[in-house]
Amino acid sequence: MSVKPFLRIDNIRKRFGPIVASDGVSLEIEEGEIHSLLGENGAGKSVLMSMICGMVRPDEGDIVYKGQSVRFASPRDAIRQRIGMVHQHFMLVPNLTVAENYILGQGSALSVISDMTSVHRKIRALSERYALDVRPDAIVEDLSVGEQQRVEILKVLFHGIDLLILDEPTAVLTPQETDRLLSLMGDLVKDGKTVVFISHKLDEVMRVSNRISVMRDGRVVNTVRVGETNARELARMMVGRDVRMELPRSPKPPGRIVLSVENLTCRAETGLPAVRGVSLDVRAGEIVGIAGVSGNGQTELSLALSGLLPVDAGRVILNGNDITGLDPAEINARRFSHIPEDRHKHGIVLPLSLSENTILQRYDRKPFATGGMLNRRVIGEHTRDLIKRFRVKSRDENQPIAALSGGNQQKLVVARELARDPDFILVNQLARGIDIGAMEFVMEEMLRQRDSGRAILLISTELEELFAICDRILVMFHGEILGELPPDRTRLDELGLLMAGNKDEPALAG
Amino acid sequence: MDDMISLTFLATLVGAAWRLATPLIFASIGEVFSERAGVLNIGLEGTMLVGAFCGFAAAAATGNIPLGLLAGIAGGMLFGLVFAFFTISIKADQIVVGAALNLLGMGLTAFLFRTYYVSTGKGIEIAQPVHIPWLSDLPFLGEAFFRQNLIVYSTVLVAILAALVLYRTSFGLTLRSVGEHPKAVDVSGRSVVGYRYAAVLVGTGLAGLGGAFLTLGHSNQFVEGITSGRGFIALAVVVFARWSPIGAFFVSLLFGLFYALQLMLQAQASIVVPYQVLQALPYIMTIVTLVAFRGKGAAPSKLGQPYEMR
Repeated sequence: MSVKPFLRIDNIRKRFGPIVASDGVSLEIEEGEIHSLLGENGAGKSVLMSMICGMVRPDEGDIVYKGQSVRFASPRDAIRQRIGMVHQHFMLVPNLTVAENYILGQGSALSVISDMTSVHRKIRALSERYALDVRPDAIVEDLSVGEQQRVEILKVLFHGIDLLILDEPTAVLTPQETDRLLSLMGDLVKDGKTVVFISHKLDEVMRVSNRISVMRDGRVVNTVRVGETNARELARMMVGRDVRMELPRSPKPPGRIVLSVENLTCRAETGLPAVRGVSLDVRAGEIVGIAGVSGNGQTELSLALSGLLPVDAGRVILNGNDITGLDPAEINARRFSHIPEDRHKHGIVLPLSLSENTILQRYDRKPFATGGMLNRRVIGEHTRDLIKRFRVKSRDENQPIAALSGGNQQKLVVARELARDPDFILVNQLARGIDIGAMEFVMEEMLRQRDSGRAILLISTELEELFAICDRILVMFHGEILGELPPDRTRLDELGLLMAGNKDEPALAG
Repeated sequence: MDDMISLTFLATLVGAAWRLATPLIFASIGEVFSERAGVLNIGLEGTMLVGAFCGFAAAAATGNIPLGLLAGIAGGMLFGLVFAFFTISIKADQIVVGAALNLLGMGLTAFLFRTYYVSTGKGIEIAQPVHIPWLSDLPFLGEAFFRQNLIVYSTVLVAILAALVLYRTSFGLTLRSVGEHPKAVDVSGRSVVGYRYAAVLVGTGLAGLGGAFLTLGHSNQFVEGITSGRGFIALAVVVFARWSPIGAFFVSLLFGLFYALQLMLQAQASIVVPYQVLQALPYIMTIVTLVAFRGKGAAPSKLGQPYEMR
């Protein structure tokens, strides 16, 4: 085919300090196609697209759009050229209405807002045409995440675009909402628009795209037509080698119950019910997984277990002792380790050094302190040991942890929590921000912990992670545990049904 | 006291309340703009002092009150420019810079006043009450509302105008968004930094005007520390008013009522409470307000946070 490229990206480079985000990316997008950008977290997909929509300026290279070399100083320039992007973090002002969000930044700054009815009419018309179900007078903060995303998509359509970029749009959606979004992408293309779909989910990309470009380490590795490839090949391109998700695991019967949760109920910070009567046991020598679409109470469950959120009802028993309602320091001291979901908030203190971060829970006791004074030498040795064992890439142990990449920060958190010799380890998103090599290492480490008799509760939205190391997988939906699945006898789609709240389907049949 | 006297008392009280509320109305409406854009300017006290001094100096030199008011606004804005530069461009902590500007405002105006004026001891011409024909002769209402000077009347206009700008213009919509989700504004192509500068300048301009009223429409003299904490009270007014300009107008009136009440009660011989207790009334109310309305519900979510572009 000799289609003139609609958008051509030529040898784009972009650095953020020491980090190379785009390392000479070249890519061609054809008019009227759905082109997926596939890659691991941190492969450089979002940064690349941010440069096309004017949010980030490239250091080097060319962007040719509709036959003309373009250089956008701001997203407004890109919108003028009819390029719109729906970001992972929504660009909606929460306390304004949908319509007010749409006219934000439009027209002259001094203009008087008068004719909202015509804006409302236009929104309703677009909403009907694409079956988006968006009400122009709704206040954004009252809407669910899925609705907000539709509001974002409609906003871009409202401004009038030919090229729509969607950055990881399905990360926050249920499978049903995802289906709806994927079919919307088809409708948009029928209307003559071009769609770039950023994702790291193979199945979605295979379902919807015309062509797929795989990114790795800030480069486009390959571009393929969807009919000429398969999931396995794509996965290999993404990680640079065969994905070996089958980790060796010794069949070992689990031991005594270490952590027991009975009927736990708690509310989110917003005051809305988040965890509704969750009961579960974790035994020594087993890894129990909790799967679910994010936002179904997993965050609150882990915060409540670790003492960071008040418990409304129910009990948490650790090693036979009731730890419900204790504060985090007391829970920590009872051989409870926590690898949190949001490490910047609950895991590390960014301006402090690696050394200081490794002793956050134990700075006041031996061997790290005697008589109120820190033992710098012991702390340094301890940290260097952890850095070496967990291959944390850093200059030295006195560097502020903020200078490390997200993956290396995570490795240090994992190292610290395991070094505390816990009986129970609570993990929320084990491999967040970690590259694939380190991920395998961390997962193997978890299996070693399991084999040495520790009890592990792994909350994750990454199904591969759960399937690879869990002995049992529980599915959480709307704050409840909907069911339990044995990973070796469960298909992904069965799990997907449960994650969507579909309890009635005989998920365990066959 | 019979009914006639107490009604007269009440009319005088309301009239005085509005006059005493005027500097608060200007300063708090200004601060609403600033805070809606995410900038918490606790330097209002210093800014008002600068406005009061500049207004006094300009009027003393020219004998022209409107010119004095303009000088007050300009002085406030100049001070605001310093605040904006440090907090928005340099991204210094807003509380620290605000506190520094309060000290600077007090020291600078005291220094300049002592150097150039104190020995003259001379007062200036101030804005005189304008009796609105017919309305000012109404019983009770006339005394309460229609025998003020033009600056006091203008507070109504400023409040309505502020609400219109904030809620009915593209500028206002963007300004409110800057305090809630600055990145969304950035992506829409408007300058977050530009809007924050504008908001701070509107805010400090009005604070300067509020200060200038003290020397040009209230007392005929500049006195060191003439604002006596009104800048801080204006901050409390904004919280109480839930960041609404019309709300700020009425809450200021309420505080004006406390000022008027303490002044008039001091004059009542029959009241035996020590006058210091009465004087403390507006300040006690400020503390009560801040405690009672401490909820963050209506506060702009990015209040006090500098904006980092990536």
